[in-house]
Amino acid sequence: MALQDVSGFQDTPIHTSLSSLSTSSSPPTRRPFPLSHGTTTLAFVFQGGVIAAADTRASCSGLVACPSAQKILPIHSHLLVTTSGSGADCMLWERILAREIRLYQLRHGRRLSITGSAKLLSHMLHPFKGTDVCVAATLCGWDVEELFYVCSDGTRLQGELFSVGSGSPYAYGVLDGEVRWSLNEEEAISLAREAVYRATHRDAYSGNCVDLFHITAQGYCRRDREDLREEYHRKRERKDAGSHATSLVLTLGVGKRRSVEREKIQRGGVKWHGVE
Amino acid sequence: AKMFTQVYGDNGKMKEYHYTGPVEHRFSPYSFNGGTVLAVAGEDFAIVASDTRLSEGYSIHSRDSPKCYKLTNTTVIGCSGFHGDCLTLTKIIDARLKMYKHSNNKSMTSGAIAAMLSTILYGRRFFPYYVYNIIGGLDEEGKGAVYSFDPVGSYQRDTYKAGGSASAMLQPLLDNQIGFKNMEGVQHLPLNQEKAVQLVKDVFISAAERDVYTGDALRICIVTKEGIKEETVPLRKD
Repeated sequence: MALQDVSGFQDTPIHTSLSSLSTSSSPPTRRPFPLSHGTTTLAFVFQGGVIAAADTRASCSGLVACPSAQKILPIHSHLLVTTSGSGADCMLWERILAREIRLYQLRHGRRLSITGSAKLLSHMLHPFKGTDVCVAATLCGWDVEELFYVCSDGTRLQGELFSVGSGSPYAYGVLDGEVRWSLNEEEAISLAREAVYRATHRDAYSGNCVDLFHITAQGYCRRDREDLREEYHRKRERKDAGSHATSLVLTLGVGKRRSVEREKIQRGGVKWHGVE
Repeated sequence: AKMFTQVYGDNGKMKEYHYTGPVEHRFSPYSFNGGTVLAVAGEDFAIVASDTRLSEGYSIHSRDSPKCYKLTNTTVIGCSGFHGDCLTLTKIIDARLKMYKHSNNKSMTSGAIAAMLSTILYGRRFFPYYVYNIIGGLDEEGKGAVYSFDPVGSYQRDTYKAGGSASAMLQPLLDNQIGFKNMEGVQHLPLNQEKAVQLVKDVFISAAERDVYTGDALRICIVTKEGIKEETVPLRKD
């Protein structure tokens, strides 16, 4: 995490992993390279569904390894997972989660609920507690109007608003003031964008663009990725022009909304995505 | 308990050196052998380029050790970092490609190789391969594809990527010249093969000037539907 890098904290694993991934029983070898960390992701529930937003910067102790990473991964049309922590861990564990959920559906003939998926992920990560696997995921979906936060240290929480990552304190500041159940869709989307924007402005390890997903009963739909540099310029112009705006200017996003095969979803069943 | 000396204090000035006790050096199974790799994807071609210097500490082991390895007729991988792990990893990938060919009666596509490499790397999550990989090749539709990896298996598809010791110097230059980032009022022209090859040569010449681990010669592999063409260009040898 960003704070860890800045304060020079060296984490040492308490014990080596006992699973098939472990090798020797001597003290683990120290890695000579850094792994990617640092992010801002958030998700909240409102009357029109669930909004999930994240920045797109993948940083690697001071270097931006990728300015266009994707931190919100769809598992199926009604379940998204936001990733935070180490990039490789999140990518692989969510691939494993998607596989397990798909197998559950094939074996039992019904979709695993979000509560069940969260428990599954939490139990799969448990053998790696104490190692440096770092996964902090928020499962957002539709069957219950709640979010689940699952972390590799064993936390599994349900709630209606979560923000995860090094930029999360800044995002919480924006969200806690404005999130209400009665928001309409445009307001909710603007609020999510604003929260990510503020977090990327203050947190060095978050930045570049913002990804936004909106989940409803019909499935998820994804807004085009927006570069936050444009947002910064727009705000500067408005401030210079001496705006008479109200306390929190919720700018309506310029990005277009693009629904993901809505017709296919409405015909019944869940749309699965190839696990890339 | 391990003790280590901190050379710079909290205020940024160098600390007064004093003896704090013996420092335990553990055997490290890793070593850094340098090298830079670059890949660019075009409309119907892909370029994978690497320098050919193999170094360790202050010495140069070899001036002719290219870091591009041909995997299939449509895919080349560039591996830089610790040379021992590069060699083993490419051997494992070759073996897996052969197994796939024998079971499925077709060659692996670039996307499939990338997904497989991700799981191979993550399989060693707690004792990783110290290799920065970049795969360049053609996808099923014949378009250029570049997949970049971190040492533990996180990957994604890009248009261009630099990896290895001079990556932090090359990546911003590529962002500007190929991605047209941070420029205003510029026409976004698609990249053709001749311009891409010339850009790669220029970029490596710059890298050799400023990075001590990059130099000697540049090996360029150009992947098109006709096959893989290799070109060698000399670089600074100092």
